[in-house]
Amino acid sequence: MIPNTLPQSLIDNPLLSDWIGFEPEGRVRVSTGKVEIGQGILTALVQIAAEELDVAPSRIRTVSGETSGGPNEGVTAGSTSVAMSGAAIRLACAEVRALFLAHGADRLGVPAESLVVEDGRLRRDGRDTGHDYWSLAAEIDLTRPATGGAPAKSPTQYRVVGTDLPRVDLPAKIEGRGFIHDMVAPDLVHARIVHRPWRDARLASLDEAAVRRAAGLPIEILREGDFAALLGEREFAVQRAALIAREKAVWEGGTPLPDDTNSPDWVLAQPSRTRVVDTGTPPEREDGEVVSATYWRPFQTYGSIGPSCALARFEDGQLTVWSHTQNPYALREQLARCLGLDGAVTVLHRQAAGCYGHNTADDAAFDAAFLATRRPGRTVRVLFTREDEFMAAPFGAAMVIGLRAVLGPDRRPASWTIDIASPVHSNRPGSHGHHGFRSREALPDPPPQPVIRNDNPDAAGGGATRNGYALYDLPFHRLIHRTVDPVPLRTSSLRGLGAYANIFAIESFMDELAEAAGADAVAYRLSLMSDPRARAVIEAAAEMCGWPGDAPRGEGRGLGLGFGRYKNRAAYMAVAAEVEVDEAVRLVRIWGAADCGLVITPDGAKNQLEGGIIQAASWALKEELRFADGKVATTNWDDYPILRFSEMPEIEIRLVGESRDPPLGVGEAAMGPTAAAIGNAVARALGTRIRALPLSRERIMAALLA
Amino acid sequence: MTTTPATADDTTETILIVNGAPVRLAGDPTRPLLAVLREELGLVGTRFGCGQEQCGACMVLIDGEPVYSCSREIGALAGRSIVTVEGLGGGRGLHPLQQALLDEQAGQCGYCLSGMMISGAALLERNRRPSRREILDALDRHLCRCGVHNRVVRAVRRAGAAMDGLVDEGTA
Repeated sequence: MIPNTLPQSLIDNPLLSDWIGFEPEGRVRVSTGKVEIGQGILTALVQIAAEELDVAPSRIRTVSGETSGGPNEGVTAGSTSVAMSGAAIRLACAEVRALFLAHGADRLGVPAESLVVEDGRLRRDGRDTGHDYWSLAAEIDLTRPATGGAPAKSPTQYRVVGTDLPRVDLPAKIEGRGFIHDMVAPDLVHARIVHRPWRDARLASLDEAAVRRAAGLPIEILREGDFAALLGEREFAVQRAALIAREKAVWEGGTPLPDDTNSPDWVLAQPSRTRVVDTGTPPEREDGEVVSATYWRPFQTYGSIGPSCALARFEDGQLTVWSHTQNPYALREQLARCLGLDGAVTVLHRQAAGCYGHNTADDAAFDAAFLATRRPGRTVRVLFTREDEFMAAPFGAAMVIGLRAVLGPDRRPASWTIDIASPVHSNRPGSHGHHGFRSREALPDPPPQPVIRNDNPDAAGGGATRNGYALYDLPFHRLIHRTVDPVPLRTSSLRGLGAYANIFAIESFMDELAEAAGADAVAYRLSLMSDPRARAVIEAAAEMCGWPGDAPRGEGRGLGLGFGRYKNRAAYMAVAAEVEVDEAVRLVRIWGAADCGLVITPDGAKNQLEGGIIQAASWALKEELRFADGKVATTNWDDYPILRFSEMPEIEIRLVGESRDPPLGVGEAAMGPTAAAIGNAVARALGTRIRALPLSRERIMAALLA
Repeated sequence: MTTTPATADDTTETILIVNGAPVRLAGDPTRPLLAVLREELGLVGTRFGCGQEQCGACMVLIDGEPVYSCSREIGALAGRSIVTVEGLGGGRGLHPLQQALLDEQAGQCGYCLSGMMISGAALLERNRRPSRREILDALDRHLCRCGVHNRVVRAVRRAGAAMDGLVDEGTA
């Protein structure tokens, strides 16, 4: 049963009119603070609203992420949108439906219980009453706080939730429409930014003549402090200028990054603060066999296929910004603060290419907003270059993870220690009291960097510690968290945050412990797992892949399995992978079993899980940033390859949850289990384990030669 | 602020056939096809992804062959026939591959789909019953970050079956 207490989003945005409105021609407005970033959230929310209002989904128009009117629900991240916004919309819609039923009953002089709603019309005894939401809308004021007093439907009554409503945004996209990149305005001016290659770099010189020659058409070059922007009427000319400006800009000072930045040695050589969290009872004696291992996840990039884009217009003291930010309200607040425009900024979310964490969307928004204030009356459109997407985006934080277990006589871990060293996993606008905009740092008089950056607190799901606590039955668990800070680079949220590497490490280590215990890896896990939902997904994945398979160890082929419950409170997922390894890893097939509780859109959940598997496989096999000449040296897809069509395994997903359980976020559930499954499969195929990601050709060759 | 004079020879004219209609383009023949499509012709369905012919988001058909448009200069394309996602259906509604993408829900963010539809449609012109391997190879120049690859493969198969007149609901 869905509890009927008020969810946080309804406490923060209490008016029913914040969420729902009835519009002409039989349309319904449903507003949400959550935004579409490729994950299908708007479709799921339409289903929830349609279900509780009893209207056809096609009547619903969503308003999403607009600070001019919609609810503030913070950041769209952490696989929480169905649980947060869905809960609010569910209760708000149920209450609106009840209000209209009560009002209709009054008008008709009949008991409310005798009325039902069918596609927005009030019916009684199988007959239309002549009233509907739209005819009664003028008589019911929805600018009233939600009480949560109207019962939402029980999952057994669902007719729309739990069905595969097609994605509401896809029809436009397959016709080539629907992206922020496509917005036009008669007064558009195109802009590119000359981004600094490292923190605090000073722009010593820029060969403006060469930049203008490259443009071929008139452009403006705007410089303030160490910030430089190129503006012009024609995009292709500005783009040409930007690529040359990248080459011609001479930078000095600041903190250029060493070539070995992306290495455990560099990370561990940075300053850090340590805390220790103990859970359970330490064993009286620690004299059992000790197993320990250290794992590595490098700095990686989110690598969206579409570069970030933003538009902004400043007129009569009012700034309007169109952005694919994950957090329109936080963006508005930080823009207002940085530009001295308190109360004068509106942020309107518009869709872009897929977002997998803190990307350059907010940076592009600041760039456009700042330039708009310098060119009032024009609509400024900023697009990142591909090269700057690689160089200037926040990095997915590197992690060094040590694991150590003392085995008891029963070969189970009597004591377990995880030691996580990582820079912070959030530097979004507003984090650490900082604006978070790359270009603001280049402009004159930048606010100082925060003295200390603390990682996301454990209670909020953690950053580096996300899924650092192994979900197994462990009598004593010690978590050592080293926040690597300060570091001279910007690390931030990449899909799953610490969960990806922690689950990779923990699940690799589980296989190592099983091996030390002489036990089957799946049986060993199950012997340490009392949560029935976790057991169910592990058993399902094992069954799907035909565990343990028939491949002999160390002969180039193998199965592997990994399990995780995202944030230890969202979806449960187990992934099994079959690989072949010669000089490189070939993914043969991948299976995933997930328990997401109540699933709003089963096909949408599967799509997210399949996509998560593919992205995580790409991270695990291929991806790491390289540094040279003080900056990111991987600046294109040849330098930073990702998994391609020709490398795709077939993927099978099974949803094993029960609709009576509350919905659990799926967006990030697959990342860690996939990396672990592949790592374990590769270890079985090679007969030796590689503990550093990615499991690249170079590392495979080195392991084979060792 | 200063400006530089245009260096382009504005007397140059390039004629392209875009989605079946001739288009006269005055000026700089070195400007990229993608810029012309998006900025001058309002055909914004073709996408900028990398500008380096590495991701496939900008793919268009040139005389029936899938070609990157981000770096291709219009001057080299005079008289050639160009088809973008907007012209894929040939003015008769959706191309079967577009319909199949909807049927298979083969999208997450959707940004890479315009280019993939071009390569997929070109494959289906040659071969309406491609194998999984043939589809993977035909789409290999296209990057997708959300991970809808297998759904797109299923959509190409479904579209091929539909184009063959063999409606095969079991394709998935």
